[in-house]
Amino acid sequence: MDLVLQLLFTGIGIGAVYALVALGFVLIFRATNVVNFAQGEFSMVAAYIMVVCAVDLALPYWLSFIIALAGMAVVGLVFNLGVYYPLRHRTYLPVIIATIGASILMANGVLALYGPQPQVLPGWFETPGIQLGPVYLDSQYLLIIAVTVVLVIFNYWFFEHTMLGKKLQATSQDKEMASLLGISVSTMIMITFIYSAVLGGLAGLLVAPLLFVSIQMGSTIALKAFAATIIGGFGDVAGAIIGGLALGIIETFGAAYISVPYKDGFAFLVLVLFLVFRPQGIFGERVAEKA
Amino acid sequence: MSSTDQIQPVAALPRPKPLLLRHAPYFIAAAALVFLAASMRFDGYILNILMQATTFAIAVFGLSVVLGLCGQINLAQAAFFGFGAYAVGLGTTDYQLNYWICLFGGCIMALVAGAVLGLSTLRLGGHYLAMVTISFQQIVTLVMINAIWLTKGPDGVSRIGRPSLFTSSQSYLAFCVAVLAIVGYMVWHLPDTRLGRAMRAVRDNELAAGVNGIDVFRTKVTAFAISAVLGGLGGGLFAGGFAYISPDQFSFAESIVFLTMSLLGGVASPIGSAIGTGLLILIPEWLRFLKSVPGLYLAIYGLSVILIIRFMPDGIWGFVTAAYDRIRARKPAPAIGIPLVLKPAATGGDMVLEVTGLSKHFGGLKAVDQVDIAVHRGGVHALIGPNGSGKTTTLNVLSGLYEATAGKVLLDGTDVTTMPPHLRTAAGLGRTFQNIRLFRSMTALENVVIGAERPGNTMVGRGDATALTERALAALTFVGLGPRANELITSFSYGHQRLIEIARALAANPTLLLLDEPAAGLNSSEKLELHELLKRIAAQGLTILIIDHDMTLVSEAAQHITVLNFGRRIADGESMAVLRHPDVVSAYLGTD
Repeated sequence: MDLVLQLLFTGIGIGAVYALVALGFVLIFRATNVVNFAQGEFSMVAAYIMVVCAVDLALPYWLSFIIALAGMAVVGLVFNLGVYYPLRHRTYLPVIIATIGASILMANGVLALYGPQPQVLPGWFETPGIQLGPVYLDSQYLLIIAVTVVLVIFNYWFFEHTMLGKKLQATSQDKEMASLLGISVSTMIMITFIYSAVLGGLAGLLVAPLLFVSIQMGSTIALKAFAATIIGGFGDVAGAIIGGLALGIIETFGAAYISVPYKDGFAFLVLVLFLVFRPQGIFGERVAEKA
Repeated sequence: MSSTDQIQPVAALPRPKPLLLRHAPYFIAAAALVFLAASMRFDGYILNILMQATTFAIAVFGLSVVLGLCGQINLAQAAFFGFGAYAVGLGTTDYQLNYWICLFGGCIMALVAGAVLGLSTLRLGGHYLAMVTISFQQIVTLVMINAIWLTKGPDGVSRIGRPSLFTSSQSYLAFCVAVLAIVGYMVWHLPDTRLGRAMRAVRDNELAAGVNGIDVFRTKVTAFAISAVLGGLGGGLFAGGFAYISPDQFSFAESIVFLTMSLLGGVASPIGSAIGTGLLILIPEWLRFLKSVPGLYLAIYGLSVILIIRFMPDGIWGFVTAAYDRIRARKPAPAIGIPLVLKPAATGGDMVLEVTGLSKHFGGLKAVDQVDIAVHRGGVHALIGPNGSGKTTTLNVLSGLYEATAGKVLLDGTDVTTMPPHLRTAAGLGRTFQNIRLFRSMTALENVVIGAERPGNTMVGRGDATALTERALAALTFVGLGPRANELITSFSYGHQRLIEIARALAANPTLLLLDEPAAGLNSSEKLELHELLKRIAAQGLTILIIDHDMTLVSEAAQHITVLNFGRRIADGESMAVLRHPDVVSAYLGTD
């Protein structure tokens, strides 16, 4: 029982990271109808910026954190202008191929600049964690969970109660109508890319101290986050969060009870099961194309 | 129509020479290449490059089928390549099996894996396929590295055997080139076959493909499976050629390399695939110094993908052919003396279409509610109603694009209520769309040929190429566009595109023709032409169910009218009586 509680805690912590990246996926998908296959690389790039600032340059942790997030805002902007914007009038296929190209470019660009050696990033807190009854609460996991909760609340407030959030929603629901109402659609999409890149970056910064910072971390996280969006229901914000948490828990228990080397395979297995038996996910509903 | 009169009409198209004879130059060139590969003296380095290019090109041909022809993405081609390579590698070493059995087994494994992956994912949108193929690729890599008992893990497999017939590297290369030539021929010829046309139709417009009798899902799965098999075949040959394989040769990065090769050369054609493969094997060899910085070389690949997609979406070969197409004048289609014959099947009774209690609910919204429609054989029946009354929804349920919530649909005596669109088309249903849905990368003729290819079309004999072309030309001539048959869809005006869509439906010789607002967006002279065309169609005994807002057209063309409002039938009967019906008048004009 103690082990179960411990695994549950770990699973929720890892799941929260997937949920953040999945949220970035969903926001871009809703705004542009395109799946951004470079979403995971946002996490990886942010983690490397953090390593450069906090470890190599020995800047204060909080400052490095801010620099990394600001850097991600720039990456999101450049990504929007360089990858999405020129292709916005084409069908989804060229756009996803371009985002795959961007993902390869980012991963290998970082590899070329920084080399293949995985890096270690310390956690935010000096204290490793606290013992609560039978469960050991690692401080980094606690931080991840807390940040995710705050972000989910912020996200809700932002989209439901601010003018900018409502404009973003209007853009994702009907671009033509939004532009007729005087909303600048391309600005809204740009904001979405920036916000998603920062979210992805934040997930990367939070998870980096738990893993090695490596070139592969982006694609692994993206794969899990995508599976999370399908489990939750494609394009659904609540679905992405629930899906991410569910996947984190499944994976942690799978690794503990079934197999460690194939830990990354469970996401795929769950993904396929959902695709076959419930492709619309837990919350989502597929909308048929209108003839 | 005056241009048709100037060309001497021919009664029938001349039979073309047998295919193998027309393509003889290709085979002679291929034989010469095989001979060169077998006889020239290469040093080991050149031999390796040629071996790699040949085997990779076969895998890239697979992408040209699935991505280029069918528009479906496959990001796991390296995994399928690995299936073939490991089957040959492990089979000829650990299990001491015959090379041919291993190669065949590898192809079958790739086929099965591809089909299973396709069957589970291809009903969903393209994003799912992209992510699922990436996941599959990752899993295969995980297994190759971790299942040491099976795959020998990261050390890889060495001392892989070759067939006894081709033990020397040079003769094995010649064998690979021969395989490449045969596969290349098939991929090159594929677009002109029934399957290839179906793939292109699915790529251009899935909905239109379905209502033209194409089984969209099966076509996609077939394309995906072909791609996987070619991946496996290329991999099997690769393993024999290099005698050593390891997991990193079949990683996701390699899948991206295959994708880049395909995009760079031009995804739509095997010639493009060959060019892309050749370039992306040679260029890194020239730029070897790039490989000294890990990642740099793949980073450049990633950047190239973005740039190619943006600036050269059809690749090098697409660029060349587009330039060639601009200077080459399109041949006008031969005028054809055969008139279009519509011989609608008549197996049922007096009614061609009997709809009873049809409902379609979207959540709480009753878009169509308990509607009955009976369409008499040989007549023109109109379905009218104000905007949002459920007309197009009804048509979409009738053609199978939406599943009916309740009710029954009998087409010529056959219950089609639960059939998917392509089976309804096979059963004799034809339709056009309110927002025109043509296959936009094809010519008018090719569009109409796909219509003529409807399963169960009795007017095209055994369905050979000449009969299909004759039928399609006759249909295009019937709507007045015969001489422009060889032009691309994009060069036609909106009104003419509508006519092509009608011709596509007519070529299929349907039992019932559904026209969804054919007059929408037409000017007054085009409307007159449309009216005249409807008369000529009806004169041949084809039953028409038409939706339109143009009351002049509807009242003049239709003998029978059904009126919908808020998803319910509010009137039904002989035209003039229905149009004077007080409920209909109030639905259109409002009440005091």
